[in-house]
Amino acid sequence: MNIVEKILARASGEKEVSPGQIIDARVDKAMMHDLTGPRVIDSFREIGVKRVWDPDRVIVIFDHDIPPSTIKAAELHKKVRNFVREQGIRHFYDIGRGGVCHVVMLEKGHVKPGELIIGADSHTVTYGALGAFATGVGATDMAAVLATGSIWLRVPETLKFEVNGKLQRRVYAKDLILYIIGMIGSEGANYKAMLFSGQAIRDLGIDGRATICNMSIEAGAKAGIVEPDEKTIRYVKERAGEPITPVRSDDDAEFAKIYEVDASQLEPQVAIHPSVDNVKPVSEVGDVEINQGFIGTCTNGRLDDLRAAAEVLKGKRVKDGVRLVIIPGSQGVYHEALKEGLIEIFVKAGAIICGPGCGPCIGISRGVLADDEVCISSANRNFVGRMGSPKSKVYLASPATVAASTIKGKIVDPREVD
Amino acid sequence: MKVEGKAVVYGDNIDTDIIIPGRYLVLQEPSELAKHAMEGVDPSFPERARDGVIIVAGRNFGCGSSREEAPVALKHANTKCVIAESFARIFYRNAINIGLPILEASLRDKASNGDLLLVDLVSGIIENKTREIRVQAKPLSPLAIEIISAGGLTKYVRKKLGLE
Ligand code: SF4
Repeated sequence: MNIVEKILARASGEKEVSPGQIIDARVDKAMMHDLTGPRVIDSFREIGVKRVWDPDRVIVIFDHDIPPSTIKAAELHKKVRNFVREQGIRHFYDIGRGGVCHVVMLEKGHVKPGELIIGADSHTVTYGALGAFATGVGATDMAAVLATGSIWLRVPETLKFEVNGKLQRRVYAKDLILYIIGMIGSEGANYKAMLFSGQAIRDLGIDGRATICNMSIEAGAKAGIVEPDEKTIRYVKERAGEPITPVRSDDDAEFAKIYEVDASQLEPQVAIHPSVDNVKPVSEVGDVEINQGFIGTCTNGRLDDLRAAAEVLKGKRVKDGVRLVIIPGSQGVYHEALKEGLIEIFVKAGAIICGPGCGPCIGISRGVLADDEVCISSANRNFVGRMGSPKSKVYLASPATVAASTIKGKIVDPREVD
Repeated sequence: MKVEGKAVVYGDNIDTDIIIPGRYLVLQEPSELAKHAMEGVDPSFPERARDGVIIVAGRNFGCGSSREEAPVALKHANTKCVIAESFARIFYRNAINIGLPILEASLRDKASNGDLLLVDLVSGIIENKTREIRVQAKPLSPLAIEIISAGGLTKYVRKKLGLE
């Protein structure tokens, strides 16, 4: 069996499982946030169970609309807070305590290799960075998980991406995953799992692996995953403390398809509005003037991302007429960035720093776009209207490319800004 | 289980931000969400859907976020069924869980806006009454039919737990 099948076999109490099989799996952790939480709670009440199956396995994180920008949002927060208290949920990250849910989950040790994690958010796939099988569901599915501790799943086929070669200077995990999505298309992995392996993946830190797994959903994947190695074990031990038994693929494991990618050939990549799979090397994007840059999110709001942006922005200014919004992915990232002097570099460059959270990523607050405005963003989606007006445009790229573009006022190769 | 409605045809990659933009997610009421259904591509949809419609679309319908508000908005705008060439997986689960029937079939060349469609959810047979043609959709899985017949996932779970 491969790593995905092994995790699902363990979770469902079966000796062996194979793609296509429907299983009833026990869930190790369940995560929800301020935006999906209220609907989960409604469905949970509808089911009529009094207590969640295991309050210590439930993690609740506020990030989507924080601090609340409307009275309605504040009311929804209150509703979730009351539920957390009523159910005795200890792992609750209120405003100022956490940050973007998928950044916090890894950082605070809520993810361990081999676990099955279900989140009421599509980017739950991020946790594959640590060798867990993690997938996103809607509110009613999550309510059923809270009520029963289990979920039905179809065992997915697994696509293997063998990535070798060394990434060039100022080419990052983000460029790699954009390239892969461009290659297989926005439903190239629909219903399937994506396993990322090879030397280029092993060379990445956990932050880079998180970026890659995070965007597997953009190809439709049910999960993205990296086999755990020493880096994984070190990362998890520092945070989760408890012993872990990593699961890896057998030598004779089967995959639906194997793709080979040469990382050394890549230049920085950009996903052109409004499709995440219309990906071009930055040299072929043409002249695209921008109004805003945004660095943050569950894709690229981690410390390595802010470091990459700071390297480009150090001693430079964001061009007049352009604004740069930077949102550290979590309180932890924010604190580290302060200590390392990254925040000072950003402020001096003329960027605005907002408190950890999702920010303008889903067009709710703190940097939404007007008609005809163009934004280059380090996030994961550039759908029509994603960041505000349906007439605005969003291009996706790495934090370094975003930073360089705000200096020049148009989309540029970060290697041109030295 | 049969449903009927006039066809409304859309293209590929109708994502969840098109179906219900993020800024409306605080409107928890299904009827409020329904007023903005499909706003990203067709602000007139709620008006067109009033008497009951069947959405016909291309590939990858519902890609993007896990927001259950997407199928909820469509259902409460009076969408009787969504027929697409393929669905993104979270949308697929959500639709079944909240009781919005969906079927996988290639219908784009076989239906235009306004055609009257009759859909048998169990057999997967779709009849275009205007053009007098029939198409066989991929049938729903036995589990999906069980969940839909129970009246959605919450009721299905209640039954399983012996609360019903
Ligand atoms: S940062 Fe964006 S993509 Fe990530 S969880 Fe928040 S809204 Fe979703």
